[in-house]
Amino acid sequence: MRSDQTPWWVYVLLLVGGIIAPLVFPAYTTQIAFLWLMILFALTWDLVGGQMGYNSLGNIFFFGAGMYISAVVQIGMFTDVGTYTSARGGEQLVLGYWDYFSSMFVGSIAAALGCVIFAIILGWVMFGLRGPYFAIGTLGIALSARELAGTWEWIGGGSGIAMPVYPGYPDEKSLVFYALIFVLAILTFICVRWLYSTRFALAINAIRDDEVKAEAMGIHTWRHKTFAWAVSAFFLGISGALFGNLTGFVEPLEVAFPTITFGIFMVVMSLLGGKGTLWGPVIGATVFHIVKEVTWTYLLGWQWVALGLLIIINVVFFQQGIMGWMQQKWPERFGVRVDKRMSKEAREGST
Amino acid sequence: MLDNLILLTKVPVLNIQLLLDGLFIGAIFVLAAYGLALVWGVMNVKNLAQGEFVIMGGYFAWHLSTYGIHPILGMPIVCAIMFVFGWLLYITIIKWVITRDLFTSLLATFGIALVVQQALNLAYGPEVRTAASGFTTRSFFNGMVTIAEIKFVSFLLCIVLAAVVIIFMKRSRMGQAIRATAQDARAARVMGIDTERVYAFTYALNAAICGAAGVLISMIWVIQPFYGVVHSIRAFVIVTAAGLGNLPGVIIAGLGLGVAEQYSGFVLGAQFQQATVVGLLVVVLVWRQIQLSRHRQVVE
Repeated sequence: MRSDQTPWWVYVLLLVGGIIAPLVFPAYTTQIAFLWLMILFALTWDLVGGQMGYNSLGNIFFFGAGMYISAVVQIGMFTDVGTYTSARGGEQLVLGYWDYFSSMFVGSIAAALGCVIFAIILGWVMFGLRGPYFAIGTLGIALSARELAGTWEWIGGGSGIAMPVYPGYPDEKSLVFYALIFVLAILTFICVRWLYSTRFALAINAIRDDEVKAEAMGIHTWRHKTFAWAVSAFFLGISGALFGNLTGFVEPLEVAFPTITFGIFMVVMSLLGGKGTLWGPVIGATVFHIVKEVTWTYLLGWQWVALGLLIIINVVFFQQGIMGWMQQKWPERFGVRVDKRMSKEAREGST
Repeated sequence: MLDNLILLTKVPVLNIQLLLDGLFIGAIFVLAAYGLALVWGVMNVKNLAQGEFVIMGGYFAWHLSTYGIHPILGMPIVCAIMFVFGWLLYITIIKWVITRDLFTSLLATFGIALVVQQALNLAYGPEVRTAASGFTTRSFFNGMVTIAEIKFVSFLLCIVLAAVVIIFMKRSRMGQAIRATAQDARAARVMGIDTERVYAFTYALNAAICGAAGVLISMIWVIQPFYGVVHSIRAFVIVTAAGLGNLPGVIIAGLGLGVAEQYSGFVLGAQFQQATVVGLLVVVLVWRQIQLSRHRQVVE
């Protein structure tokens, strides 16, 4: 356990940057909000994948589940869900400010709690699986969730649910949601940072390094694994609820369970930044999102091929990530004292 | 749903139709799954691009058929192209992930899958396609059971292909080298086997087998750039259910999966066919876990 040694001005810079960014670039408010969302994705993925060594390909399940739970709760507060969805988005809920925000609050809380319950149930099933089996199993969960959501008529099936209309102007809406997502991402970061400074981080790192030994040392591995996944699911659930309201339309394939986009992005971003570090996911998400937004439109249909190549290159040739590379290059700055005689062994031990 | 079940018991002939269709399609699943088991067992790489190789082979066969080459005659050409493609992939990418942890190979092959499916989408477009085979359809039991001749032909081809691969693995020098490497790579190196070449050959052979499976799929079923994922998952379900190095198990699981899919498609509706595959994956994994936990000593 090495406590966070980031200088305080980094946090101040980040906070100030986050607050003034939408005011300086009002046209890009939604894009910057997406950046915070990506940081949240990468942080929650890294908690389980990087720090605990359980590489999940299906964390997007919680995002979509949270979105659907909040949608059903929010609409269920005012009208009957079945009749509303059977109208196929023909009529949308129009609410006042108070109703809109109170229902969204209730919906987000329900989404968070629902996702925690899902994480506990799924953890009970999935955490017996090790290594690649866990990855494939979680991928299976995300894929089956989108299939099932697409065939369940009560929640709108393949044609989805239209969310309540925002009562104000569009510009105001994007600012409000920017603030909400920004605060949520900051809260996630604080929570994760706090977790990494406790014994809990030691325990999940021990699970990553050698689960059998960790268990033999008296760590209740199942409880730790489920707790880590539940934390990750909690924040993903709320982010899903917010994203559903921001998009205004919940649909299983592209919005709620985008396995191939967001679901893979979160893995790529963590790996790019350097998994198993606090700042790695943040850096990875920022670099990835900015590069993606800038180049995406110029690649003209080749963007997905580029993404696949990026994954391959990242995974095969640059697996330590940006943060890992910096730690190897300047270990002193990260509080690692390198004993020259031991350095080779220590480096081999850490990879 | 219940109506369909009752229908099956009232008209038992329909079961024959579903069973036969399931076996014919399951035989192709067996081919792809065998390739996966080969790569998994020999080089410990979990190839998530398996389904994409299948779809790629299908598209090549379809492409050749537009030049007037019958898909069955085009099969050797497709296999050769896929073999070279697999070899190239090995040299450029797979070579670097063999010694790494398992998740690395999984993600790297996932990246390959993404590139292949998007490239196919750019080259051929997202339409669903079928290669024309020119065979007719026969009906039995007063038209209650219809069997396309091409399905039967592809079933026979599957058996021939599987037999060729198995004899190759048992008899040829390369096959023996592959099996030796799978047992103990280090010992194989000591014995003078060029394991690097064995790995490259295994991966290329897997791509060729998948290509052949893809040719058959393109004739008796449909191909589309994004259908590969389901084929990959099918291969994983089959191999996980059967266990590594268990050829009879792979055959039974593959045929069983084919039949199970046909039944679920009939009873629950066609839109549940994919969900069935994914659901079975989760079930098989959980079942394996229960099996394993009997062996595992748990500290409480």
